[in-house]
Amino acid sequence: MGRANPVMVFIECRDHHIAEVSIELICEAGRLAEKIGAPVEAVALGYQIQDDLEVLGQYGCRRVHYLEDKRLAHFTSVPFARAMVKVIKEIEPRIVLFGATKIGRDVAPRVASTLKCGLTADCTALEIGEHRTKDKEYTDILLQIRPAFGGNILATIISPDSTPSMATVRDGVMKRTDPDPAQTTEIVKTDHGLSDEDFLTEVLEVVEKERDVDLKAAKIIVSAGMGACNTESLSLIKELATLLGGEVGASRPVVDSGLLGKDHQVGQTGVAVNPNLYIACGISGQIQHRAGMSGAKRIVAINDNPAAPIFGIAHYGIVGNVMDILPKLIKTFKARNSA
Amino acid sequence: MSLNIIVTVKQVPDTHHIAADAMKPDGTVNRSALPAIVNPDDLHALEEALKIKERLGASVTAITMGPDNAIEVLRECLYRGADDVILLSDRRFAGSDTLATSYVLKCAIDKIGSYDLVICGHQAIDGDTAQVGPQLAEKLGVNQLTHVSEVVDVSKESITVKRSVENGHERAKSRLPVLLTVTSEANVPRPPSAKRALAFKHLDSKACDGPYENVYLEPDTCIEVDHIKEWDADAIGADAERCGISGSPTRVKKIENVVLVAGDIKQVSNDEADISEMIRELVDAHIIA
Repeated sequence: MGRANPVMVFIECRDHHIAEVSIELICEAGRLAEKIGAPVEAVALGYQIQDDLEVLGQYGCRRVHYLEDKRLAHFTSVPFARAMVKVIKEIEPRIVLFGATKIGRDVAPRVASTLKCGLTADCTALEIGEHRTKDKEYTDILLQIRPAFGGNILATIISPDSTPSMATVRDGVMKRTDPDPAQTTEIVKTDHGLSDEDFLTEVLEVVEKERDVDLKAAKIIVSAGMGACNTESLSLIKELATLLGGEVGASRPVVDSGLLGKDHQVGQTGVAVNPNLYIACGISGQIQHRAGMSGAKRIVAINDNPAAPIFGIAHYGIVGNVMDILPKLIKTFKARNSA
Repeated sequence: MSLNIIVTVKQVPDTHHIAADAMKPDGTVNRSALPAIVNPDDLHALEEALKIKERLGASVTAITMGPDNAIEVLRECLYRGADDVILLSDRRFAGSDTLATSYVLKCAIDKIGSYDLVICGHQAIDGDTAQVGPQLAEKLGVNQLTHVSEVVDVSKESITVKRSVENGHERAKSRLPVLLTVTSEANVPRPPSAKRALAFKHLDSKACDGPYENVYLEPDTCIEVDHIKEWDADAIGADAERCGISGSPTRVKKIENVVLVAGDIKQVSNDEADISEMIRELVDAHIIA
């Protein structure tokens, strides 16, 4: 692999806004690319979004391969996958990163299948490293780290014998660096090579739904785990969140139980959050959950099991039952407010 | 002419009950140490197929790749109403990642021959990758509709679904054949039928290498059907190099137990005075107003 083989990011753009995860991945790509002396490039598919792509330069993207077509204004699987494959074959990136969004998780596997390359879903960290086998040594390969198997282990996945190495990463997992307004990007219009026969899906209607909650922007999150997976505990959690001007989060089992919507899920397969304060109520703190909230400035953990892993990352630990502690927190806070 | 529907199912370890010896030293899953269940999303996939069968008439064939005891998930499909089931089992399939798995499934579907719909669960609870569906669609050269939460309309030519997208949902239509991945919102899977369970619980698998014959497994008529078809790599014409570990580009480089570094945790008792002190500290640190 030569120096020119870039680290590439698949860009998503909705209503003329580059998706946050795409910006985060450009920043992460920059960190990885620096280690292997490669440039950062991007691929964007869409219609009349050329101006929107300029901002990518400020985050370190040197070149955007832009595939413009009215038929690409809305995502459909086959055209996006085919066009991505064409670009990857031409540019030969060594790494391709996708947001683990609905679109990224739809298109990336299809691309990986055509290219017969490795793909790792929902990575929580990416590194550059080496790997040795009995008869081979690989240097500067992508290490794809993700929790696996109930969260008791952290697996490092590699795909050393195929290129590119591809990974999907959830929104909020990678850190955004400060934009540099002096930096620009070169936008290269590229032919997608698609024909009408590739457009197999007819999108009849798109219904936008207001998100129940925007956890990523929340400064304070009060979050429910299995120790608070009942309507009584949840109403206390909502009361405390409202009192604090915060939002309600949840661990995956609580969302799976149907008590809270998917927008509330914090963690590897939910959203990664960075609030000032995270109050974990009855959350044991499996690694998938911690992957989404360990960046909080202060973590308060309430759990009746003193050995719960959540206490390993909490700043304040309260051992006890959620139904016992929450009313006291609410009462104390109310008293403070009225004082 | 009725539709031919293929449903892919997977036997998964019940990740809610994980034992300490769940992982082998090479980083793969020690399935024998865990209770095995039908992957929950796959039951929703099967249910959607059975609903289409009730609407339009269809034959529903469930396939799974796995070790011998994965036959149990096929029996579960038979109990719920699948017409035929096929076990794809071969030592050479072991260690398959999603790419190798989708290749094996593709070879089996090619052998089955004609199909109008392939329905997969959205994702499996042991890996959560949601990759096999789209990869299988690519290998079959058909369109895909992922994240399907409702089948709105289906005919012998096309299907219209509601699928979740980032900021809501969309209604999308595709001609058949197409592959769907179905989420748990789509339906409530029916329970097994006692009559079918009685008829099929003793069925074992038998290796077959002849051409595929669609023999309906019906409790009343399955006099001559006394086994579940089992296909190996040769039976489905799969290139062994593209199966199992050799067909899998991904490797587990290492696994680590997660060790938490004990931080500066401040123990707070459940005493109101203590809690009040904690809140004062958080206010002083400008964490809360």
